[in-house]
Amino acid sequence: MCTLEKRGSLFILTLMGNDEHRLNPTLIDAIKAALHQIRSDFSTTTTPSALITTAHGKFFSNGYDLAWAKTSDPASPTTDRLLLMSSKFRSLINDFISLPMPTIAAVSGHASAAGFILALCHDYVLMRKDRGFLYMSELDIGFKLPDWFMTFLRCKIGSPMAWRDVVLRATKLTAEMAAEKGIIDSAHASVEETIKAALRLGEELVGRKWDGHVYAQNRKIMLADVLAATGFDETVEDASHVSKALSRL
Amino acid sequence: REREREREMCTLEKRGSLFILTLTGDDQHRLNPNLIDAIKAALHRVRSESSTTPSALIITAQGKFFSNGYDLAWAKSSGPAASTLDRLQLMSSKLRSLVNDLISFPMPTIAVVSGHASAAGFILALCHDYVLMRKDRGFLYMSELDIGFKIPAWFMALVRCKIGSPMSRRDVVLRAAKLTAVAAAEKGIIDSAHDSAEETVKAAVRLGEELVGRKWDGHVYAQHRRVLFADVLGAIEFDETVEDVSYATKALFVGA
Repeated sequence: MCTLEKRGSLFILTLMGNDEHRLNPTLIDAIKAALHQIRSDFSTTTTPSALITTAHGKFFSNGYDLAWAKTSDPASPTTDRLLLMSSKFRSLINDFISLPMPTIAAVSGHASAAGFILALCHDYVLMRKDRGFLYMSELDIGFKLPDWFMTFLRCKIGSPMAWRDVVLRATKLTAEMAAEKGIIDSAHASVEETIKAALRLGEELVGRKWDGHVYAQNRKIMLADVLAATGFDETVEDASHVSKALSRL
Repeated sequence: REREREREMCTLEKRGSLFILTLTGDDQHRLNPNLIDAIKAALHRVRSESSTTPSALIITAQGKFFSNGYDLAWAKSSGPAASTLDRLQLMSSKLRSLVNDLISFPMPTIAVVSGHASAAGFILALCHDYVLMRKDRGFLYMSELDIGFKIPAWFMALVRCKIGSPMSRRDVVLRAAKLTAVAAAEKGIIDSAHDSAEETVKAAVRLGEELVGRKWDGHVYAQHRRVLFADVLGAIEFDETVEDVSYATKALFVGA
C-alpha cells in the first residue's frame, strides 16, 4: 500500500496504486510501519535526514474509508470501525509530529478531509497546480468536523478568513489558492516538478545538520495544542454524534 | 421613551431563501437593551421560520451608522452611579447573549456594513461569517482608547478570532485606527468593499444565494462555527469591565 525509498539522506514514502488512498486501518498501519522503519534507520545512523510523502494517481488521500466503516457485521459494528480509524489516524498524526526530521508533503492529487489533515501535518507542503484540490469536505457531506481537526487547522493556518473558507465555506482550494492563503508553501507546474522541488528543499534542510531529536522536540512544542487535542475525538466517542454520522453514510 | 420603544427598531424581510434584518431609522443604532432585544427577537423568528430549508441571514442598517456601540447616554441618564453600573452590566450581558446567538446561528451570516461601526458596533459586524462594506463612507473604529474606556477581554477574544495579523490588531486596538472599507479589506478584516450601500446589499444577496445553494445542514454549520469560535464562546461568560466595580466607576466619569 506504500513504499519507502531512501535517496541519499532523504526518505520518500509513496502511497501506491491508483485509488483514493482512503485512510482505513490497513493503510494507516502501513504508513505507521514505514515511519517506524525510518525511526529505526535514524536511531542507528543518527545522520540528518528528511521525509517526503507523496502518492500515485489522482488522489493524495480522500480521507477516511467511510465505505469500509459502513458494515452490517454485528461482530464489528460501524461505530467500532469509525472509532478504530479515528484512533489509528490520531496515533499516526502523533507519529508524524514526533518524527526526528523535517517532513515535506508533495501533494500529488486531491487531499480531502482526513487526507487534507495528513498533508498539513507535514512541516512543508508543496503541491502541483495543474490538478487536485485541498478540500475540507465535511460540511458538504453533513459531518461535524472533530474538535481536534479544528485545533489542528488553527495551528497550521494563520488567517481567520482562510479558516472560514476552509471550514465554513468548504472551499475547494487549488494549489495556487492555497499558496495565496498561506496554507501551503508553494505550487508547482506538475507532479514531477513538485517532487523535484521537494527533493531540493529536503537537501537544503538536511544541509542545516540539525539534531533530529531536538527538531522533533521543537516541533512538539510548537504543536503542543494539536498533540493535546489528538487525545480525544468527540465525534466517535459520543454515541449521539456517531448515530448522526451513521445515518449519513 | 415610550414612543421610542414602540417604534420598530428593526425589520425582518424574506427574499427567497434569504432573511434581511435591517436596523431602522436614521439614528446611531446604539446597542441599548431595547435594540438588542429587538434583534434577538428577529433572530428567533428567523430560526423558527427556517428550520427545514437552507437559508442565510443578512444584517444591515439605515442611515449614516451601522451601529455606534453601547448606549452610554442611556446608561448615565438614570442618575445615581449604582444604577449606571446596572445599566452597563445589562447592556454587556445582553450583547454577549446576542453574540452567542449569532455564533450559534444555524445558517451563514453576512454583515452589510452600511455606515460607521464603532466599538460594540464594530464587534457586532465582526460576529458575522462574511463582512461586506460600502467604500464611499463610514469607518470601522474601535473607539474605546480615544474615549478612555478599557476594552473588555471578550472583545479581544473576538478580535483575535477575526483579525489575524498582529499589526492589524495593533492598529485596531492600540492605535484606534478609523478604517475605511478599502483599508479594512486590505488588512483582511472584511471580505470586500463596494461602491455604495445598494451595491453592498446586492453583493450580499448574491453571496447569500451562493451559500444557500451549497445546501448545508444548518445545524452542522452552526456546530462548525461554534468550534471555530470556541475561544469567544468561553470569553463571553464574563465582562470584567462591568463586573469589576472599580473599572465601571472609572468609566462613568471618563466616558462620553
